[in-house]
Order: sequence, then structure tokens, then C-alpha cells
Amino acid sequence: MNDNDIVLRVEDIHKSFGGNEVLRGVSFDVRRGETKVFIGPSGTGKSTLLRCINQLTPPDRGKVWLDGEEVTNSGARINYFRQKIGMVFQNFFLFDHLTALKNVELALLRVRGMGKAEARAKALTELRQVGMEDWADHYPAELSGGQAQRVSIARALAMDPDVILFDEPTSALDPELTREVLEVMRKLAREGMTMLVVTHEMGFACSVANEVLFMENGVVAEQGSPDLLLHDPRFTRMKDFIGRIDSRMED
Amino acid sequence: MDVLSILIDWLPYLLSGVASTLGLVLAALTLGLLLGLPMALGQVYGSRPVRWVVGVYVWFFRGLPILVLLFLFWFGIFPGLGLGDLSAFVVGAVVLGLRGAAYQSQIFRGAIQSVGEGQMIAARSLGMSRVTAIRSVILPQAMRIALPGWSNEYPNILTDSAVCYAIGVVELLTITARMVTQTHITMPIYLATAGIFIILNYGGLKALHRLEKRIAIPGFGTGAM
Repeated sequence: MNDNDIVLRVEDIHKSFGGNEVLRGVSFDVRRGETKVFIGPSGTGKSTLLRCINQLTPPDRGKVWLDGEEVTNSGARINYFRQKIGMVFQNFFLFDHLTALKNVELALLRVRGMGKAEARAKALTELRQVGMEDWADHYPAELSGGQAQRVSIARALAMDPDVILFDEPTSALDPELTREVLEVMRKLAREGMTMLVVTHEMGFACSVANEVLFMENGVVAEQGSPDLLLHDPRFTRMKDFIGRIDSRMED
Repeated sequence: MDVLSILIDWLPYLLSGVASTLGLVLAALTLGLLLGLPMALGQVYGSRPVRWVVGVYVWFFRGLPILVLLFLFWFGIFPGLGLGDLSAFVVGAVVLGLRGAAYQSQIFRGAIQSVGEGQMIAARSLGMSRVTAIRSVILPQAMRIALPGWSNEYPNILTDSAVCYAIGVVELLTITARMVTQTHITMPIYLATAGIFIILNYGGLKALHRLEKRIAIPGFGTGAM
């Protein structure tokens, strides 16, 4: 593997809340264009891990590198890195007072310092990417969950990020809306976007992920291609976990 | 003598009193806004000393009767600061404004705190600084949330402004009192003044309500929808 391909390097991340150690040393490299999916029981630090990467939650220990530059301890430069590390949230967090279009425009205007016309054109392009250009003038309260999530993906895309972090992007959506959001994410993966995805959608993980990281108790317990983790007899823990979910679904 | 013709004779004076009263109210609301909003931001986002100073300020200005505050500033604090030459109007407006700032800061503080936590997180995740996020995301939402509560400040200050009579500001109540002294007609004149206060109150609230509707956003609560 060529070292230059590595866009994001995560090194020995530790994080505790109170006395509770949520992350206990997580490391991995992300190559450009790769989709990594994080699977695992609730409370094993998957979402915290994503927030440690863009420093929304500063880790207690460990380092994050983006394109060879250290993101951790970067002081005010963190605002530069956050443009390059997009994030999509479970509850969308669209700006409630702005239309879909203005949601996507805002950071282009206020962070990138683009002119109005240029920002508008770029925002419309990104909305088209996620199939939301017809909803440009609607407010978040007027959108379905799936539509809102697609706008929030467009908002992240607008900054031309090197990588996008997806924090359970479909957990707040019903199956129909989940499908339309996963469709957009599949397309992004195909087009070569680098993505880290925390999800419980096994179908998505198996069909899109280059690598699955199964997390348990704050560490990466198993790591490999979806095929390997699901079918190689040496790996058992993720299969156990999925078996538990399936049997619960059948109840 | 006919009460109506007296009122008509005095109308220019009454109107000058109305102008003076509205001047007090507008000046006090503006001062209260200019001080109250930064105080609210200080209380939510500021360091511990900043929060402490704002807390003491609010405690002081909300803890004293308006008339006591007025006398403190008129007879004591402003002369003590070498500002004894300030006109009664200015002192009245400033005291109403300083007190209004204490109340307004708490209206804005509540509004800022009621903006969802995710709004700041999303803004920061896009690379906005804290200041940019507050200005572009938090405040536009907080101001809309605050407006219905803030609108109450108008009738509060309008009615409070009458205490400025006590330090000799020539506002509506002062004019009214002079009319009563000179004409010896009491009830009809006070009723007329009361009517004027009610009209001013109603008109101002109506205008604020219209503003609420104008800046309303679908699905975003301003209470005016």
C-alpha cells in the first residue's frame, strides 16, 4: 500500500467521560476513495470516535492526521481541518432558520468567503447531487427526514471535504427514507468519496464498505472486508453480534 | 367649562408629552437591547468572571423598585460621576434602559439557551469559528425565539416611563398633572391620559406582532404563526 494514498490516519485514540473509558486505543488508516463502516453494539464509542476525528470531542490521548498534517492539537487551524472533514449527523442538525439552499450556502459564504453568486451556484450543484434541487427554497421543517438528511449531505459536500464522517445517518429514519439516503451514500462511494460510516445497516456495510471495523468495548475487535468478517470462521464476534440483532428482529 | 374644548386647547401640550414619553421608551428599549444582548451572550458563553458580573448587574437592577433606582441615579450616582448636568429626560431614559437591559438580558439568555445544541455542533463541524456560529446560526434563531417575550418589554417600559414624572421629565403624566392643577378638572383629564397610554400600548404591540409575523419561518416557533 502506497503511503501517499492515506488521507486520514487515526492513532491510538483514547477518550473517557467521567470514569467511563469509552475509547481505549483505536487506530486505523483510511485510503483515499475508501469507505469504512463501523459496526458494533451501542455505547462502544463509535460516534465518539467520529467526533474525536474532527475534534468536536477532543480525545484524551492519541493523534489524528489529515493528509500528513496533524489535526489534534492544531489550535485555531482546527477550523480549516473541519472544512476538509465533513460530518453528517443522525438528527441532521440542519440550520432551522434557513432554506435548504441557504443551509448549503452558509459555510461557503461565511467560512470559505465565496461571493454570493458563486456560493449559490455551488450550493445548487450539491443539492442536485443529492436530488434535492427542487426543494432548494423549503425550510427544514417542511422536509421529510430523508430529504433533510440528503440536504445535510449536500451541506457537507459543498466544502469539498477530503473525507465525510457519517454518524448513524439513517438511525432516525424509517425504512423507506433510509433507502433514499443510502442510495445517495452509495452513489458518493462509487464516485470516489472517502467515507467513514457508523451504521447498523448491514446490507449497506456488505455492499459498499471496503472494510468493516467491528467495535466492542472501546476497541476495534475485528477488522477486514465484509466478506471476511461474515464468512471466515476465524472471525466470530461480529457474526455473534449480527445473530443477536437478527434473532431480536424475528421476535 | 367644556372638558372637550379644554382637551383640545391643551392638545399640543399633550402631544408633546406623548412625544416625550415615546422618546423615553424608544431610547430605553434601544439601550436595553444594546446592553442586554451582549450581557446575554456573556452569561451563556462568557468566562466565570463575566457571568458573575452580569449576574450581579441583573440582580441589582431587578432587585430595586424603579422609583428608588431613578432617585439613586438622579440625586446620587450621576452627580457623583460629575454628570449632574444631565437633563432629567436623559437620566430617565438611561435608568429605564439600564433596568430594561437586566430584563432583556434574561429574555435573550433563555432564547439562546433554547436553540438546539446540534445547531452549534453542525456549524462548528463545517469549520465555523464560535463567533461566526453564534452570529450566523445561533443569534438569528434566538432573536426569533426571543421576540414574543421581548415584545412585553414595550408595555413594561411604556408604563414604567411615567415614574420619570418624579424627577421632572416633561412627559405625558407631567403634562397631565399640570393640566389638572390649572383647570381643576381631575377625572376626565386622567381618563384621557389613560386612554392615550392604552392607545400607545395597543399600537406598539400591534406593530411588534406584525414584525413577528414578517420574520416568521415555517415550522420555526415564534409564537406568531
